[in-house]
Amino acid sequence: MTLQANDRVAGVPESGIRKFFELAEERDDVISLGVGEPDFSAPWAARTAAIHSLEQGKTSYTSNRGMADLRRLIADYCRRWDQAYDPNTEILVTTGASEAVDLALRTFVSPGDSVALHEPNYISYEPGIQFAGGEPLRVPTSAANDFVLTPEALAAAGAEEADVLVLCYPNNPTGAVMTESEVRAVADFCVDHDVSVIADEIYAALTYEGKHTSIATMPGMRERTIVINGFSKAYAMTGLRLGYALGPADAVDSLNRVHQYTMLSAPTTAQYAAVEALRSCADAVEEMTTAYNRRRRFVLSRFEEMGMDCFTARGAFYAFPECGGDDEAFAESLLKEQGVAVVPGRVFGERGAGHLRVSYATGMRELKTAMDRIETFYENQ
Amino acid sequence: MDAKRELLALLSTDARESTEDIARQLGIDADRVEGLLDELEAEGTVKGYQAVVDWDSVDDQRVAAFVELNVELDRETGYEEIADRIARFTEVESLRLVSGDYDFAIEVTGESMQDVSRFISNQIAPIPEITQTVTHFIMETYKEAGIDFGDRDGDDRLSVSP
Repeated sequence: MTLQANDRVAGVPESGIRKFFELAEERDDVISLGVGEPDFSAPWAARTAAIHSLEQGKTSYTSNRGMADLRRLIADYCRRWDQAYDPNTEILVTTGASEAVDLALRTFVSPGDSVALHEPNYISYEPGIQFAGGEPLRVPTSAANDFVLTPEALAAAGAEEADVLVLCYPNNPTGAVMTESEVRAVADFCVDHDVSVIADEIYAALTYEGKHTSIATMPGMRERTIVINGFSKAYAMTGLRLGYALGPADAVDSLNRVHQYTMLSAPTTAQYAAVEALRSCADAVEEMTTAYNRRRRFVLSRFEEMGMDCFTARGAFYAFPECGGDDEAFAESLLKEQGVAVVPGRVFGERGAGHLRVSYATGMRELKTAMDRIETFYENQ
Repeated sequence: MDAKRELLALLSTDARESTEDIARQLGIDADRVEGLLDELEAEGTVKGYQAVVDWDSVDDQRVAAFVELNVELDRETGYEEIADRIARFTEVESLRLVSGDYDFAIEVTGESMQDVSRFISNQIAPIPEITQTVTHFIMETYKEAGIDFGDRDGDDRLSVSP
């Protein structure tokens, strides 16, 4: 018998980002604002810790849940968001936050379950829901509402009947964040309608005005929430593939049941890097977030000057302006005529149509040139 | 952080940005940036703006040295007085009082090693309070003012990613 993808896999379309990647790769003079990862490298102290661990021959598996030291440090680190989790029973170290998202979906979604997700959103959730056998329920958010998820939008989409909600703030692709009262309103909805939450908080450390609020800290939410975070964005460690899940002991036990049979343990070298990152790299993180924040203000003010509507993104490293027409055509012509790569908003769901995801994880010099080119293109079209 | 501190932090990274670009990055208007710059200069917080140059990449005669200076103080002469006399030489690029085995650490530049040595022996060593000088010629500069001259971390990210 020939190899044939099953219906679940075959039913998931190829990512729309692929096409833009190929277009951008065709030329070598492109300034890319299409990148979903930091332009910085991991802090040097974290890198040397990884190198040292290799020199010491630390190349075997770790405990399924991750090194005990690392889990203790993660527990301490997460207190900044009022998250209190027991390092022995309530934390699981994973191969990137992506593994944690996949584990959570496979563990808590039963075939046929309705899984609500706000849109536009990161491209992996919907396929993840489908791989897990769930039914995605898209809940629209819009620029008019700063891309914030509201109980009204959840109700309008019929999410009272949902089993699980996937929540991602600060958000990729919009850069939206939610205030404490906005998070509280969604939390109340979830409690009232008995909805569990998978909260992807990978960008939590990149919140520029005010402090990130985790839905897990709202009344009645801890027992129904899996929090996902990791080292990729705040510590610029994307390629090291290290994330973690936090949740009540029983839930983390269940996640670990899948993890221990599929991944065994997260990469050991990356765990050593992460231990050092949490111990000594707070200054490096602050330097990076300061740089992102400057670029964020720069990009937002440039869009304002050129008359492109762009809501005030307060998190992650993305702006999500309206391009005033077909986003895909805009992005394609911008790339061809001006050599600037951005990602059309519709890649992140229908609700993203008419927008562009502009990543400012790029050095100031290139960012300035890119914004000038976008202005020229926008004025001439 | 207040606007003044944010401005200082930004200038320490790149002082060549235009007033408009600084304003955009700090989220304040350009006039306010100009006002803060005037204040910082007037109160002596900002002493100047300079480029960080890798002189080795320029076809130029330039030799630099770190010099350790030991001094002996007496009732009339303190560190301040000695520092003032050393700082006035244009050959002296930097001058710091330090803890440890010696008192002053200075950086001196000249057109040749001979030029620098002559300056130390003719101008610095004869200062009465100076008891000893140790000159270290700089062979290679790898990093200065926070800027790594090697720039080893290239951008090898995928051009578009989710």
